[in-house]
Order: sequence, then structure tokens, then C-alpha cells
Amino acid sequence: MKRLLLLFCILCAPAFAVEPDEILRDPALEERARQISAQVRCVVCQNEPIDSSNAGVARDLRLLIRERLVAGDTDQQVYEYLVARYGDFVLFKPPFKPSTYALWIAPFLILFVGAGGVVYALSRRTRRATTTLSAEEEARIAQLLKDEPR
Amino acid sequence: MKRLVFFLPLAIAAIIGGFAIWGLSGDRDPSRIPSVLISQPVPAFDLPPVAGIDTPGLSQADLKGAGEIVLVNAFASWCGPCRAEHPILTRMAEGQGIKVVGLNYKDKPADAAAWLDELGNPYVRIGSDETGRAGIEWGLSGVPETFIVGADGTILYREAGPVVGDGLKRLQRALDAAKSAE
Repeated sequence: MKRLLLLFCILCAPAFAVEPDEILRDPALEERARQISAQVRCVVCQNEPIDSSNAGVARDLRLLIRERLVAGDTDQQVYEYLVARYGDFVLFKPPFKPSTYALWIAPFLILFVGAGGVVYALSRRTRRATTTLSAEEEARIAQLLKDEPR
Repeated sequence: MKRLVFFLPLAIAAIIGGFAIWGLSGDRDPSRIPSVLISQPVPAFDLPPVAGIDTPGLSQADLKGAGEIVLVNAFASWCGPCRAEHPILTRMAEGQGIKVVGLNYKDKPADAAAWLDELGNPYVRIGSDETGRAGIEWGLSGVPETFIVGADGTILYREAGPVVGDGLKRLQRALDAAKSAE
């Protein structure tokens, strides 16, 4: 029974694509490499970061990132190196630049316009509700109430 | 003016619907990623020849001063679609007289040599990229991929996937455009 449980535990462990021979000896560099590769899209299996992808190209890129870090590149330089070859597409978080303005700004714009619309509609409704009756109307109501048979 | 406001929801629905139609239309394939290398010079790389055959290797210099349009085809013996496009590349090289060079991606030289021996060799030059590092310089996501490189060494077009069917049509169109622009 215990053995079966252990087997299940092993089977349920998350699949790590990073292979032991890829891991750097310097834990700080390895940590940076892991962070970068979690942000980089695999170009074969497009919705997976290279950190968890088993594709050959993903492995090559992981090794390349580690090589660049060992050579002394900053994180930014590593990203730039990848973008120069594979485009902004490889970044899960696209940069903020003229061609991506619509992407970044549109949600806030829609929210802003929507909120404006709601505020406008609500203000109209309350204004209508607080409109007081004219003296004539008041008099007529009083008349009607008086005439009402008890 | 006030009446027009009532059409606003309809207009918004039409815009969203338009996006949906565009997103679902048959021509659009969201997994096709444009190459950033288009209209860039050929990347720096220098590959040795495939051991066992007498075709010379391939480097950046061979493409920069070619003086004519060159097709750069990334292939591997382990790649099925490469086999499918091979006769088409051969026809382009022999029938149309286009200079075709090969980038042998992550392949064992012996396997590549046997593959070319079996199918024929349309390549003027072949670089052996056993590590796949030159492939990264070219922004390859896999094989086959075919690039059109202009006479001045500028990358003009990339076709990811085999140049058969629609892929061949696209490549041919780009090739014709490149030729007429020369």
C-alpha cells in the first residue's frame, strides 16, 4: 500500500523539462536562468514557456540563456538576444512600444469608457428621481387625495 | 442626435463581431509567426561541410556576396516533411536554375550523407549545424524552413514548413516578387 502511495506521489510530481545536465553550478545564475526561461515562449509548442517545454529548440534556448548568463550578460541583454532572432513573440509579456500601444492601452480605454457610461447613466437616473413636482402638480395631488372616498 | 445613441450598442456589437469573423477566417493562422529577420542581413554563422560528401560548407560570407537570389533551406534527414519538399527543391535548382543552399539542422553527418545519396543533392553548399546553434541565429523553430536571400545578402522571405501545396505557392510568389525587384 505504502509503495503504491509512493508511486502515485512520483507520478503526480510536476514534469520538469529542465534536465540535470543543464543546471548551472552557481545557484544565483541558475535562478536567473529559470526566471528568464519562464518568461520566454517556446516557438514550437507556442503556449508553453521554454522552462517547461520538452521541445528540442526549447532545450537549446535554455542552454543558450545559461551560456549568455555565464558570459556575463544582464537579463535585459539575454532578452534582447532572443528577441533579435525570434521577435517579440517569444516574450510572454510584450514590450510597451508603438506597435503594442493598442494592446496595452485598449483594456484601460474600454474600462474608462464603460465606467464613464455607467456614471453618466446613473447620474441621469438620480436627477430624474429628485425632480420635484411643480406647485400645480402638488395642488392636483392634494385635490385628488381629498376627493378620494374614505 | 439622441437617436444615434441608441445605435451605439449595435455598432459595438458589429465591431466585436467583425473581429470574431476576422479571427475565425480561414486564411488567418495564428500559429504562423512572422520572422523578425525579414529585410535584415543574413545572420553571422559559419558552418563546416557535412562530412562524407564533397559539397562545401556554408557561412554568412557565402550569402552576403552571392550576387544572385539564393534559397536557404534548413533540412534534416530525420524530418519527414523535408523528404516531401525535396523533389520540389530539386526541380527549382535544376529546372529553374535557382541557387539552393542547405542548412543541415541537428543531423548526424552520416545520416545526412546517406539521405542525400538516396534522394539526390540539389544543394550547392551545405552547412552542417549539429548543435542547432546556427539554427537559432536564423530563428528556426524547426525544419523544414526555407528563406529567400537577396543578391545583397538581405533576407527577403521565410517559409516555415515544407514548400509543398500552399507553402510552395507562397514561396513561388515571394520568389517572383524578389526576382522582379532585382
